[in-house]
Amino acid sequence: MLDDKDRIFRNLYGLDDWGLAGARRRGAWDGTKSIIEKGRDWIVNEMKASGLRGRGGAGFPTGMKWSFMPKESTDGRPSYLVVNADESEPGTCKDREIMRHDPHLLVEGCLLASFAMGAHACYIYVRGEFIREREHLQAAVDQAYESKLIGKDNVHGWPFDLYVAHGAGAYICGEETALLESLEGKKGQPRLKPPFPANVGLFGCPTTVNNVESIAVAPDILRRGAAWFASIGRANNVGTKLYGISGHVNTPCVVEEAMSIPFKELIEKHGGGIRGGWDNLLAIIPGGASCPLIPAHDCEELIMDFDGTRAVKSSFGTAGVIVMDKSTDVVAAIARISYFFKHESCGQCTPCREGTGWMWRVLTRMIEGRAHKREIDMLLEVTKQVEGHTICALGDAAAWPVQGLIRAFRPEIERRIDEFTRKSTLDDQGILDPDHMIAAE
Amino acid sequence: MSVRRLAPKELQPASFAFREGTLDWAKQQIAKYPEGRQASACIAILWRVQEEHEGWVSEAAIRAVADLLDMPYIRVLEIATFYTMFQLSPVGKKAHVQVCGTTPCMLRGAGDLIEVCKHRIHHDPGHVSEDGNFSWEEVECLGACVNAPMVMIWKDTYEDLTKDTFNKVLDGFASGNLPKPGPQIDRQHAAPAGGPRVLKDAAVAGDATKKGNV
Repeated sequence: MLDDKDRIFRNLYGLDDWGLAGARRRGAWDGTKSIIEKGRDWIVNEMKASGLRGRGGAGFPTGMKWSFMPKESTDGRPSYLVVNADESEPGTCKDREIMRHDPHLLVEGCLLASFAMGAHACYIYVRGEFIREREHLQAAVDQAYESKLIGKDNVHGWPFDLYVAHGAGAYICGEETALLESLEGKKGQPRLKPPFPANVGLFGCPTTVNNVESIAVAPDILRRGAAWFASIGRANNVGTKLYGISGHVNTPCVVEEAMSIPFKELIEKHGGGIRGGWDNLLAIIPGGASCPLIPAHDCEELIMDFDGTRAVKSSFGTAGVIVMDKSTDVVAAIARISYFFKHESCGQCTPCREGTGWMWRVLTRMIEGRAHKREIDMLLEVTKQVEGHTICALGDAAAWPVQGLIRAFRPEIERRIDEFTRKSTLDDQGILDPDHMIAAE
Repeated sequence: MSVRRLAPKELQPASFAFREGTLDWAKQQIAKYPEGRQASACIAILWRVQEEHEGWVSEAAIRAVADLLDMPYIRVLEIATFYTMFQLSPVGKKAHVQVCGTTPCMLRGAGDLIEVCKHRIHHDPGHVSEDGNFSWEEVECLGACVNAPMVMIWKDTYEDLTKDTFNKVLDGFASGNLPKPGPQIDRQHAAPAGGPRVLKDAAVAGDATKKGNV
């Protein structure tokens, strides 16, 4: 288990004061000026050396992302840092704990990251539903302004303004270009890339979009050194990570643990074990609803990190684990995820707008087995038609859970179809319905 | 995608006026963004309008916000219909209950909560109860998955619910004796039930005696 002294989020459960005094006691804002005095390049190199990979799901190296920003503005356009706090993926609820219980880590991280990228302004885009979390974050920002930790004329010598903005209930705004659209006061419909935000982002200016956790861990990495962070976990998957454990475990919780922790250890130590014992495990969704599910037999040896989940054809995502025990109607669980994506599709690209609804309707029939077996392959084919054919990754995200379901539970779907067919009467098929007869004629 | 329309004409108020102080507050929001980018403040202002006007946005309100921000009406109308937290028709006076029905909550019994809503409030979501005090809807993930199942009423979440505790929460809203937000079982926020398993050392975790102050 990760040692308490190696934890970054020491007020994860809100037992201590979340304000400036408490944050200072826990080590925030300590030596920030000396870090800034080491210069931009040192910070970016240190972040690269730490091996931190973005915590928002895609896992892109954070230091490298920062280095894409222009060194100097040649055309007078300012640079922006935008923090993605639009945490809306089902199963993921880690940034919420940062914002309501340790917001100063985020505020300090924003200053350091903005300095490293030459940005004098930063926007934090919080999902609309996080109202109390937003209040805490805004209060922390106000405290930082009052104490001259940030602001035009602050003690750190880097003029810096930090603004808290918010959405109003659109999952798609977690996609970085949709988030920028939303920040500009439009519908959150993703933009085509290129141009990438590092060239043309918010208000047409160079912009980097980072996840809350990626930014909030930066001050501690820079204070304690890249080597410390890189020593936790295994190569290419280093550092500490906030895991969310939800679903059928005895004690669901959010916990900070080392990357590459075995799944079993995570569940037994922090989740209190699977409801009804380990053998009662049916499947898990390892990192938010868009990740394909992993059936129980692959969970035995599963390592919770980017490579470990990829080895079992899933992905690490945000490390919000959804656990399903054997009482779960797995087809219904995935159908509900399909409904989520149908509801949250922005409607811009046809394959996603139409495909998500189509997948949900077919899956809904498959819950009770009201389908033909050939429709399973047809459904799989449609997921392939959606995947990779849309502007943003929501199309992919909608396709993967369905693909994961078919890969792992095809026999279960077929069994339901057999069962339904065996029990069905002419009435079930609609043949006795007069309207149906008229239509058939 | 979710297709949403404005409330029918007969429900729409004839006029709209900003509350006192709202325009000053709106100016502060606009000042967060560069010159000429006042449209960026649209979501925040619409949200404030919804909070101040019985929990929903009317067509007149949408037009007023558009005029304030110098935006075409259609752009603000787009925002009001695209972002699902904007309620486009009247909601319950005492509580508008948003039940999270997405998979993590569904696995832990969100269906029971929806049953309670159906029986207590209205059979269908989006309708106001007979006494006009309550309404409900099923929403997509509210981001409290480790505290499932949960509901959100106005600004607060009520977590770790069962049928009974959810009924008690609703009783609280009905009687005006508001329930305590957060987990409805003995639990510290997102820590495991039964107490944190890590960060037990007060020197590291801070002063545990402050529990409940935040």
